[in-house]
Amino acid sequence: MMGVIQGIWHWLTTTLKLMTYNKAGFIGFLATCAILIICLIGPFFIPLDTKTKLDQIYQPPSAEHWFGTDHQGRDIFSQIVHGGKDVIYVAAIAAFLSTFIAVTFGTLAAFAGGKVDSGIMGVTDIILTIPQFPLLAVLAAFITFDNITYLGLFLGALSWPALLRAVRSQALSLKERDFVEAARALDLGTGHIVFRELVPNMMTYIVISFTLALTAAVYTQVGLVLLGLVPVSSSNWGVMISLAWTQGAIFFRDAMWRIMMPILAIALFQLSVITMTRSLELAFNPRLRTMV
Amino acid sequence: MAPIIEVRNLTKQFGKGKERVTAVDSVSFAIEPGETVCLVGESGCGKSTTGRMVAGLLEATSGEVLFEGKNIKQLDSAAFRRYRQTVQIIHQDPYSSLNPTQTISQILTAPLLRHNKVKNRVAAEARALEILEVVDLTPARDVIAKYPHQLSGGQRQRVAVARALTVDPKFIVADEAVSMVDVSIRVSILTMLARLKKEFDVTFLFITHDLALAKYFAWEGRITVMYLGRIVEDGPTQRLINDPRHPYTQALLSAVPEADPELAQHKRQIELRGAEIPSLLALPPGCTFHPRCPYFVPGRCDAAVPALEALDVGGRVACPVRRQERVSLLV
Amino acid sequence: MAKNKLDWQTGDANDGRAPLSLENVHVAYNTRRGKVRAIRGVTLDLHAGESLALIGESGSGKSTLGLAIVRLLPDTAETAPGVITYRRNGREVDVLQLKPGELREFRWSECAMVFQAALNAFNPVLKVWAQALDTAKAHGWHDKDAVRRRLVELLEFVQLDPKRVIDAYPHELSGGMRQRVLIALSLLLNPQILILDEPTTALDIITQRTIIKLLRELKEDQGFTMIFISHDLAIAAELADRVATMYAGRVVELGASDDIFYRPRHPYTLGLIRAVPTVTGGFEQLFSIPGSPPDLVDLPKGCKFHPRCAFATERCKQEEPELEEVGPGHTAACWHWHEVEAELRRNPLHRGALNLTDVIAVDVEVA
Repeated sequence: MMGVIQGIWHWLTTTLKLMTYNKAGFIGFLATCAILIICLIGPFFIPLDTKTKLDQIYQPPSAEHWFGTDHQGRDIFSQIVHGGKDVIYVAAIAAFLSTFIAVTFGTLAAFAGGKVDSGIMGVTDIILTIPQFPLLAVLAAFITFDNITYLGLFLGALSWPALLRAVRSQALSLKERDFVEAARALDLGTGHIVFRELVPNMMTYIVISFTLALTAAVYTQVGLVLLGLVPVSSSNWGVMISLAWTQGAIFFRDAMWRIMMPILAIALFQLSVITMTRSLELAFNPRLRTMV
Repeated sequence: MAPIIEVRNLTKQFGKGKERVTAVDSVSFAIEPGETVCLVGESGCGKSTTGRMVAGLLEATSGEVLFEGKNIKQLDSAAFRRYRQTVQIIHQDPYSSLNPTQTISQILTAPLLRHNKVKNRVAAEARALEILEVVDLTPARDVIAKYPHQLSGGQRQRVAVARALTVDPKFIVADEAVSMVDVSIRVSILTMLARLKKEFDVTFLFITHDLALAKYFAWEGRITVMYLGRIVEDGPTQRLINDPRHPYTQALLSAVPEADPELAQHKRQIELRGAEIPSLLALPPGCTFHPRCPYFVPGRCDAAVPALEALDVGGRVACPVRRQERVSLLV
Repeated sequence: MAKNKLDWQTGDANDGRAPLSLENVHVAYNTRRGKVRAIRGVTLDLHAGESLALIGESGSGKSTLGLAIVRLLPDTAETAPGVITYRRNGREVDVLQLKPGELREFRWSECAMVFQAALNAFNPVLKVWAQALDTAKAHGWHDKDAVRRRLVELLEFVQLDPKRVIDAYPHELSGGMRQRVLIALSLLLNPQILILDEPTTALDIITQRTIIKLLRELKEDQGFTMIFISHDLAIAAELADRVATMYAGRVVELGASDDIFYRPRHPYTLGLIRAVPTVTGGFEQLFSIPGSPPDLVDLPKGCKFHPRCAFATERCKQEEPELEEVGPGHTAACWHWHEVEAELRRNPLHRGALNLTDVIAVDVEVA
């Protein structure tokens, strides 16, 4: 038991230490953590302002209302705090699912070769050629995404092909390495070869692909919400933009804060995640890991 | 005694259509248990491809590999597993043959546990330590927790040997196993391999481009010389080194740079007619060495592929020009 | 093939002084792990017309020294203290102080480096002719026809068919041809000194032999001044007039080729020679040097070779020896070189004359 805790502790400290090697990446990592904390824990401390205050509509940022107020005089900051959770949740589900599919089937295709490979690549190419956004838009007309988990799964189920191709080509080059051949000579089995020899050497790649899938899922999701194709009821950065937009916020200057703040929140989140990948690249590099 | 490994008319082709090349062309040889055989040749001669087919890591296009007299393609699954473990390979590059994400302990215990060589993890660790001692990686306790990149090239190569030893092999294909190791350390690895030969009855197929190393490692054994996918000569090492019969073997031996200034000055050079090795995509007809051979006889050498013929001094040679004729041909 | 003397500006224009003198040269890199001390005080002269081989294992500093001479080290390298004096026609410069423009001039026109014949020594999208023209233009030589004539002459000299090679892309050439082209290109601007880094490594044996022959011709017929860098002792034996053995960033022994191979006085040189087999001759027991090359970040105290040395004493663990004279024109950095000499008397090397009898035997056999 102690050993396991020590192992986890060692893993965490090594990861953190490596992340600090790239300053921009580490700042991105800290910012991502901050946003996650605000969005996940913030709602418990900052109540959502739902009261209409007609005397306070469209106020610019001030000490009282950090991000200003909306068309009903409600505090935008509290809405931003409450609106991040769903966006991140949906994106995370989508990213997990697409990475999982890509890594599993990408390595399988590379390793099994032959008919399995051509089968998987065939399906991948078909899905890759389907324009995703219009498909989602059409599907949204038939399926009601009243459960955001479904939305996440749906996004994930459509966004894996590019990543799968990349994973496959990585695995193909790794497969030629002598240590994989040695594992074959030692008859260590396909499971061992995939999960012990190939995947650990692709970790950097997988982690970075995960973050990229995450950012992509944020955009797709916000896009769908903005077009009103997904009737998500709860407060959400996408819904905030959508509402502001449909209520004509882009046409008068006073409403600027209302539409800018959720856009900024999304941009800041994306920027943090993307910058963080620089550090992740270091943290999951097997060579660097073992050097610390 | 029956050969532990025998290959018959082993052929390997790569590519399709116009790009098709024959990397190994009808190679046949047999290796008895306890023998040391060196496969020597320049890059592209098919020596590594042959080694990988012998180790069952590459499927032959035609011909067969026999393990203890049985074709490996016809083995049942239990027998194939035994073949897989009995025949191991050691790669050239110690930087790519060990997984950088695993510790030496993980590298060595995985095969031990997988093949039930030990009861549990603790026993596996203990056995791994023993094997590290066998390959002279001492103190083993210091090495076992390390990652490959924390070791030198020579130490890594010893780990690669240790990994092969986990499954108690009887036949090891050593593919350029010391050519990437520092000069000062090479000999100690060869000495260690030679010890395995004695202590664990391991038979070696030692693949190298370095004739001096082949001579040293297989002094009591045999050398097989390959050129462009075919065996041109083989025979007991001492005979082959001191009395080479194939013009290619002679050219090779005379071309080897020597670490001895006087020898380097005085060594007799065989002048070849052409310096460039033909491409595998456009092999010359007949004996593939004929465009470079100083003893080329038109109509004979470029007509048919010469067969390997037994020599009274031991071994075989594939050259249609007799020794007696050669002197006159040179002038 | 072109055996005529090519138009080099050689000759003794330096009043008998060495064209290249290294004085207490140091190279270090700062890394996360600490300071990597790649070269620690190398002093040697390269005489006009001689060929000097730098031999040693990985990490000995031989390649770094070659790169330092042509200033191709990465920017992070520290080269102080140290002076590399280059002399030609009575002019004298410190290579380490050259400004970028002067440096470019120096690298091709004075001292050219030939790298291992890997593909990446070339620009993959340029034909041989274009590479030559680029180099010439970068040095202010714009007369296309003259460049072409020179290139053809050089390609003929390295025994390549200019028609076939001049319009070829690097990947269309074999390893041996690429090495020849590299040598030809390095001679384009008429340098005084040629530095060759592992000139035959990764080439096949017969190709190695042809390159060795070519380099011998450069040396003997054209009187070129050359430095060979190699881990392969055979290259030194085949080509060098003098040999410098390097270990852990220092020259530990320096002498005429015969001195180094038949009368080594440093235990490391002796160890290397005893570890390398020759193909000609009978069976010879070989010995490797125990241990591994040292970590350049964390060098041992005293003589850097002492942890691997059979002659090491307490003194070796404390004090690092300097090069001292052990024979005419032969220096070694070892406190116990007399004992190495005694050891060689007890267990002579099976080299030189002893081996030659075998050569003659083989000759008779072949003829």
